[in-house]
Amino acid sequence: MTRRILYPGILLLLFVLLWELIVWYVQIPRYILPAPSQIVKALTSQQPLLIHHTLVTLKEIIAGFLLAFGVGVTLAFLMFHFPILEQTFYPIVIGSQTIPVFAIAPLLVLWLGYGLPSKVVMAALIVFFPIVVNTLDGLKRADSDAVNLLRILEASQWQILWKVRVPSALPFVFSGCKIGVSVSTIGAIIGEWVGSKEGLGYLMLHANAQLQVSLIFASLTYLTILGVGLFYLVVLIERWSMPWRKFSEVR
Amino acid sequence: MLEKSEEFIKREPNLSKGHKFSLREITKSFPKGNSSILILRNVSLFARHGEFISILGPSGCGKSTLFNVLAGLIKRDGGIISIDDRTVDSGLGEVAYMQQKDLLFPWRTLKRNILLGPEISGDYQEAAEREAEQLMVRVGLKDFEKNYPAELSVGMRQRAALVRTLLSHKDILLLDEPFGALDAMTRSVMQRLLLELWADYRKTVLLVTHDVEEALLLSDRIYILTARPASVKGQIAVNIPRPRKVIDSRFVHFKATLLDSLEGEIERAFA
Repeated sequence: MTRRILYPGILLLLFVLLWELIVWYVQIPRYILPAPSQIVKALTSQQPLLIHHTLVTLKEIIAGFLLAFGVGVTLAFLMFHFPILEQTFYPIVIGSQTIPVFAIAPLLVLWLGYGLPSKVVMAALIVFFPIVVNTLDGLKRADSDAVNLLRILEASQWQILWKVRVPSALPFVFSGCKIGVSVSTIGAIIGEWVGSKEGLGYLMLHANAQLQVSLIFASLTYLTILGVGLFYLVVLIERWSMPWRKFSEVR
Repeated sequence: MLEKSEEFIKREPNLSKGHKFSLREITKSFPKGNSSILILRNVSLFARHGEFISILGPSGCGKSTLFNVLAGLIKRDGGIISIDDRTVDSGLGEVAYMQQKDLLFPWRTLKRNILLGPEISGDYQEAAEREAEQLMVRVGLKDFEKNYPAELSVGMRQRAALVRTLLSHKDILLLDEPFGALDAMTRSVMQRLLLELWADYRKTVLLVTHDVEEALLLSDRIYILTARPASVKGQIAVNIPRPRKVIDSRFVHFKATLLDSLEGEIERAFA
């Protein structure tokens, strides 16, 4: 565990040092590539600004993720239970992925405005796909012998769902959530780029226009922390909700 | 402590006159391409109340299909099933089923796995819980009731599966090669445990095995099935008092007879 933090930490530190040295040695102008030390300066001096915009983006991501999770898991259950829904929706869900969310971002801003809703929908559109696909897959992966065991005990469909299919699907649902949460920032940032008044994407665009490159990097740092933090939050929830998994992994 | 594999409990079952269940002329085929493949051809067998029956047959002969038909998991093409002298659609609701796979749910602790039956049927009460605790003490699992299956050995998991099967409170136990995946030592411990619990709980047991010795050590009667399509080739009443010893001359004689009878079928199965 310590190595998992130590090794990438050392690599990152070496990278930052090298960066610092190169910038000073080659005399790269700060409006092209600021040195890490200048970025740290921006991080401290602009902290209130950065935190404000980070919280906006965080709100968009969380709302988008929850929306995608709710709709995605519900749709997956319905598709699992009613094959006709799977036949109808599944190709559409797959097909919808060929449309880049970048391409429809302007439309969403046009329809939903510059505020929160367009960003939430954008994030949700990106998160939705891995959650639906993984949840449906998970529901189908339940051991048929375990299902038969319950059928012999005269369990109802509902009991089979809750006592076997849902717990069997949980690891898959969490895989979907982990992928979803990692890409959720994309949706929110694109939404902010296309049209917004606040958020980290807005701040970056704004800083870019004013050649405040160290502020862009500072925003990126916050965005990274946000993304990694959310990912590990999902990992924590996963561990908490499946305490048995730590024993299975050892074997 | 060394378990002596050949020693089993002494108690004999009280057999009553009526049949606990009987199968008459069960047939089943599965579609394969445009034609169909016959798995069960007029299989007829019965078990008296509290009787321990084994089914021996070459692997792949359709023993598990027979179980699934009896348990009500798949529909038969023809034949009659009766339980307690009533004709029934299937044994659904009357049988408990145990396989080689323990089928313990990894997300449940051992105790909650064991109490699955009472939980499903809705009579999860303190009585069921007390019974579960007593049984866990008896099979040496008491200290592990809060553990997850992944933390336990294969033998412990199979013991838990056996207890879960008993606790579903069905009169008929269908055991489909339950000890097939265990090492010889653990298997003999399990066989002994099964006999004890069978005698105490007065269950009617139908055991599928391909192990001739296991069938002889445990059963009151043994049915021999033919290679696919399965039909009953013959049956043997094993009238050796328990505990049985594999070196007993009668045991050796029975074993020779059974192996003889099976040999032709195994050749046919591989032909």
